[in-house]
Amino acid sequence: MARVEIRGISKTFGEVRAVDQVDLDTIEGEFLVLLGPSGCGKTTLLRMIAGIEEPTAGDILIDEKVVTNLPPRLRNIAMVFQSYALYPHMTVYRNIAFPLRTRGVGKATIQEKVEWAAGMFGIGHLLDRKPRELSGGERQRVALARAMVREPSVFLLDEPLSNLDAILRASAREELRQFQKRVGVTTIYVTHDQVEAMGLGDRIVVMSKGKIQQVGTPLEIYHWPADTFVATFVGSPPMNLLGEDDILTGFRPETFLPVDLVNGGDGAITYPFEVTWTEYLGAERLVYGNVGEKSHAMHVVSRLPGSMSLPFETGRTYTFGVSRDNLRFFDRRSGLRTDRSPKR
Amino acid sequence: MMNGKAGIEVLGPKPGIRDSSGQLALFMIAPAILYIAALIGFSFVMAILYSLSDVTTGDPTLRIVGFENFAAIMDNSVFRLALKNTFFFAFTSQILVILLSRIVATALMKEFHGKWLARFLIMLPWTAPISLGTIGWLWMYDSIFSPFDWILRYLGLLGSPGALLGPMQNLYWLGVPGLAMASVIMVHVWRLLPLATVIQLAGLSSIPKDLLEAAEVDGASPWRRTREITIPLTLPIISIAFLFGLVFTFTDMTVVYVMTRGGPVHTTQVLSTWTFFKGIEGGDLAQGAAISLFLFPVLAGIAILMLRMVRKSEVV
Repeated sequence: MARVEIRGISKTFGEVRAVDQVDLDTIEGEFLVLLGPSGCGKTTLLRMIAGIEEPTAGDILIDEKVVTNLPPRLRNIAMVFQSYALYPHMTVYRNIAFPLRTRGVGKATIQEKVEWAAGMFGIGHLLDRKPRELSGGERQRVALARAMVREPSVFLLDEPLSNLDAILRASAREELRQFQKRVGVTTIYVTHDQVEAMGLGDRIVVMSKGKIQQVGTPLEIYHWPADTFVATFVGSPPMNLLGEDDILTGFRPETFLPVDLVNGGDGAITYPFEVTWTEYLGAERLVYGNVGEKSHAMHVVSRLPGSMSLPFETGRTYTFGVSRDNLRFFDRRSGLRTDRSPKR
Repeated sequence: MMNGKAGIEVLGPKPGIRDSSGQLALFMIAPAILYIAALIGFSFVMAILYSLSDVTTGDPTLRIVGFENFAAIMDNSVFRLALKNTFFFAFTSQILVILLSRIVATALMKEFHGKWLARFLIMLPWTAPISLGTIGWLWMYDSIFSPFDWILRYLGLLGSPGALLGPMQNLYWLGVPGLAMASVIMVHVWRLLPLATVIQLAGLSSIPKDLLEAAEVDGASPWRRTREITIPLTLPIISIAFLFGLVFTFTDMTVVYVMTRGGPVHTTQVLSTWTFFKGIEGGDLAQGAAISLFLFPVLAGIAILMLRMVRKSEVV
């Protein structure tokens, strides 16, 4: 177990600032997720922690030791790549044994550890196969076993589930999470998939354009987004934002309900909601529409449980409301969340 | 229009040659087959005929004499020396080419200032006519004015009493048996290096970057990455470069012919030059053909062997 500290790290590729003055501390043994759209710098940040990308400025510390200029092999980290990067000419056994052999571990110990790691991921029967003879899920397990076999102090994962199909991805997510809790290795996980981030992370780091927008638990990120970027990037559909003066009012689609269903009746803010379109998605129903005057109508979405059978007709206006404690306010200019509510 | 069998109406234009992959394939491959048959097949058959006859430039009538020519050439000590030289020349130069091209290709994979210039200079030998390039080398190896000798003299390695390479003013690169072979090999390596480098570059850039990075994170030193990742993964393409270079060297006579004409005293004589001297300059077409065909089973054997190796070492 180890702590990773990142101090003022930057990486520029020519003119592009991929990572811009990032500070970040991990907590020992936590599962930290770097979340952001593609090109936000999350993978570059991970690669700098791994040591395969050199930072332009700043320092990286692992267990209070500066490792900024150390090559990867002296950092005791393990990394799983998006492509898994299995060595195609080696058997599964030799793939998993590779990090041990580079360390000069003895043959008997290697065999013992490879069998232990393979057993942990249920791939003991595949040891004689080559990677091309494995399915996507099996390859992913080999990659994890190869990473874990050396018992690293930090475990880095770069979108390891993105090459799996949807069903496999859900079960792999659960396994990964349980496995991480069991071994307790500090884990940094990169993804652009907010469902993965919410499901896996002890804490989530939301990044955009090379900068950290917010660090927090999934609950904090979802319910108390630090700014309009986080509010609209996390959550699907995103948070509704209504512009009033220089303050934006935000509320999650599932809190925007027909007025009789809003809890805490008197504390609710109501809107006339003109329905333009509805989508029935099984577990839920999305109702799209406009609020406000025709001249400056604003688009909002309501998310209702699929079991709720209230009919909504396109073109008609209904009264919807949001409970006051579900409202969030953002400064229009800076985008940051504020306590000031709009005057109305 | 009705299709009689199934009774389904076929709409649109009738299918033509473009819709039949079999016919189309035949049509597309025909020029290549014709070309091979006319230019290679014909001369190959003629060479076999000649090698079994007693034809000479003075008497072009074909009289079949069986394997007499083969017995005669093998009886000749120059032929046996040329055979040995050919193998030495081909294998030594190709091993050097593979080693050097790997080093050059590895360097060219990196980004550095003036990379385009380095690339241009390395490709240059391939773009110049080989006989012209070789003539340039002939001057560099000149028995009196060789710049190599000049540099060695300047460094004090040659031309003074007690110097490492002797007290003479010149090494006589092309006049001393061992040195002549080394010189010829060096020019041939220079000449085949660009192609091998391009092939190796293709091989190196086909390795996913992830694999090398994963190996780095897995703790592999640069040397181990080369030995355990890069070399095994590029082995098929290295084999192709080696095979091509080997066959090319076995059959090409330019460098030896321009530089030494097989001398001194046949020490750089190879089968391709010996074929030429015997068959064309000496006029004995029959023996010339026999010498050139002598290589054929060897080359075919190497080609089959290498292609098999390539297939076996295919990984992805």
